[in-house]
Amino acid sequence: MTAILPLSVHAAQVRRRGKTIVGPIDLDLDTQGTTIVIGPNGAGKTTLLHMLHGLARLSQGTVAWNTPTQDAQTKQAFVFQAPVVLRRSVRDNIAYPLILHGVLKSEARRRAEDWAARVGLAEALKRPATVLSGGEKQKLALARALIREPQVLFLDEPTANLDGRSTREIETILHRTAAEGTRIVMTTHNIGQAQRLASEVIFLYRGRVHEMTRAEAFFKGPRTPEAAAFIKGDIVE
Amino acid sequence: MGEIWQGLTAAFWLIVTLDSDLVEITLRSLYVTLTAVAIACALALPLGAWLAIQRFRYRRIVIALLNALMGLPPVVVGLIVYLFLSRQGPFGALNLIFTPTAMIIAQVIIVTPLIASIAHQAIRELWADYHDLLISLNATKRQRMATLIWDARRALLTAALAGFGRAIGEVGAVMIVGGNIDHVSRILTTAIALETSKGNFALALGLGFVLIGLAIAVNLMIHGLGRTEREGTW
Amino acid sequence: MKRLAMAVIAAFWAGAALADDMRLAVTTSFHNSGLADVLLPEIKADLGLEVQLLVVGTGQALRLGRAGDVDAILVHSKAAEEAFVAEGYGTHRREIMYNDFVLVGPADDPAAADETAGIHEALTSVNTTRSIFVSRGDDSGTHRRELSIWAEIGLDPETFDAAWYRAAGAGMGATLNVASGMGAYVFTDRASWLNFANKDGLTIVFQGDPALFNQYGYLPVDPARHPHVNHDLAARLESWLVSPKAQAMIGAYEIGGQTLFTPNATTDGAPKEG
Repeated sequence: MTAILPLSVHAAQVRRRGKTIVGPIDLDLDTQGTTIVIGPNGAGKTTLLHMLHGLARLSQGTVAWNTPTQDAQTKQAFVFQAPVVLRRSVRDNIAYPLILHGVLKSEARRRAEDWAARVGLAEALKRPATVLSGGEKQKLALARALIREPQVLFLDEPTANLDGRSTREIETILHRTAAEGTRIVMTTHNIGQAQRLASEVIFLYRGRVHEMTRAEAFFKGPRTPEAAAFIKGDIVE
Repeated sequence: MGEIWQGLTAAFWLIVTLDSDLVEITLRSLYVTLTAVAIACALALPLGAWLAIQRFRYRRIVIALLNALMGLPPVVVGLIVYLFLSRQGPFGALNLIFTPTAMIIAQVIIVTPLIASIAHQAIRELWADYHDLLISLNATKRQRMATLIWDARRALLTAALAGFGRAIGEVGAVMIVGGNIDHVSRILTTAIALETSKGNFALALGLGFVLIGLAIAVNLMIHGLGRTEREGTW
Repeated sequence: MKRLAMAVIAAFWAGAALADDMRLAVTTSFHNSGLADVLLPEIKADLGLEVQLLVVGTGQALRLGRAGDVDAILVHSKAAEEAFVAEGYGTHRREIMYNDFVLVGPADDPAAADETAGIHEALTSVNTTRSIFVSRGDDSGTHRRELSIWAEIGLDPETFDAAWYRAAGAGMGATLNVASGMGAYVFTDRASWLNFANKDGLTIVFQGDPALFNQYGYLPVDPARHPHVNHDLAARLESWLVSPKAQAMIGAYEIGGQTLFTPNATTDGAPKEG
């Protein structure tokens, strides 16, 4: 399987109704690690992820994967802040991306059962997904994102609405996923979570990449005053 | 008021004695309407889904048209279908006029806009929920429509039942294209119209009660099937 | 595209026209008399012929015949029937029988119609007393006959006040229902009246004027105009209807002790031209 990474973003910009939401942005994502996007509310973190994943239309510039876009798109997955659950059983939710890909139903369900077990949903297989708790829904969304074994996994504030215990469980799954070689790009406004997961940090401020460095370096000594204030917990607009 | 009581009594006796004419026209009513609703669903559900997910220039006009067609008087539909199927019409050679098939065609035209419109409404709401996920998963248009139709199935069942309700009680169109021929194209509603015109109010009301009972039975049956089909509620 | 549509429609077509079925458009008044229920089983037994009745107004019956959607029509509106034949839609017009029209009204008869000598006087009295009168208003044979009587009196219903002259725009039964609901006068054929169940205070207030005779004509649709029509069956039905047996049955048919129809088919064998 050809790697879709590295990713090269050049002068990319997303505008809506004449207003620039993010950009212009230049960045390169290499093949390894977990990149955490942080920044104040309204900085454009979600739009940046949508742009990289192809959900937000580019107004300008390029987002170039190592393989043609169409191929690259099938090798990424996205987990949304508010988990989208299909009105089906947990098992059929997780199997859904495989069914779309033409995998036989029996095979897809078997693999869905494996993934449900990996995220701790083995007991809930036949339950309707809509009655799960918030944490369970997000774990389901993770399993559904991972079942096609993506090379890149995008997550938009996956634990924003969850309690501590669910947050820890999700982080454990993400650690393991990263260890297995999946490239993770994730937004969070939780500095502690960023420190626990990140190997690389993007500090996004007013739609632009203010800093993009190794995680240890960033947390030790951010180069811009805005980033320093943000880490300290001051209000940054 | 006495006539309503007589109607109930008439309905009771028609049913307990399994009156053979009643059984025949009831089965024909069911055959015509269930077939019409099945065909209408096959057309209307994909149409509703397509209108929900597809953005195109004249979308609003198409939706407005669909809503307007919901109010189409059945008599007008009947007249148009008659003109098409009449021996002088473009499809006259098929010899369909005054057959149950002609009645099915008319009912399909009457209920398709209704089902499509309700389906579009339900699917549009679901699409708002599913939009990002389905785009992210690179689902094709056809897969998106199939997913939305399947996951909205309960609301769509309601749409189909609304269509059934409109079709089973409809008389204007089927009277014109079916002709209300005894043993060929007489159904419950046309029989009711006939008995009313003869002044036999009790029998007409009796048939009316049978019709209401039939509609209730079909609704209960469909809902029963829907519930036992899968565990849980969505 | 058209061919595809035809194929699709043909695919779920169950096969409607069997060899010995024929379609006959008849007027509501004929059907309401109940005579058809007596004749049809005999026709089946004698000819093996399944007659499918389309019960409609005279106007619609003539229209169905013009379109070739039925094989023959049995109606009662002589002028319209003759026009139908003259325009080449029917092969000929054969008189089968007649019944009569009656004036029905409230039992207290405010227009005193039962004291008049003829139908023209009776309707004149309804007009001068402005008693409520319900007209079919649907261009049916009965409606046309009512209009022609008004015309013979020298009155035009178009000019009547809707406060007393109500055009129902409906079939005979529905119109009788309206009349019985309003306690109004109504012009109807005797058969429909006798079989009507919702009489409710109405009664026959005038009858018996020869001007009220109502001749039924049988008109086979011309196969030269519509090659698909089943002219042979229509012809067989015609010979049966004018046969001594059928004519006797028609003459013997009664409701509540009253005969309804007088058979008057000419039995010289040759189709009688209008």
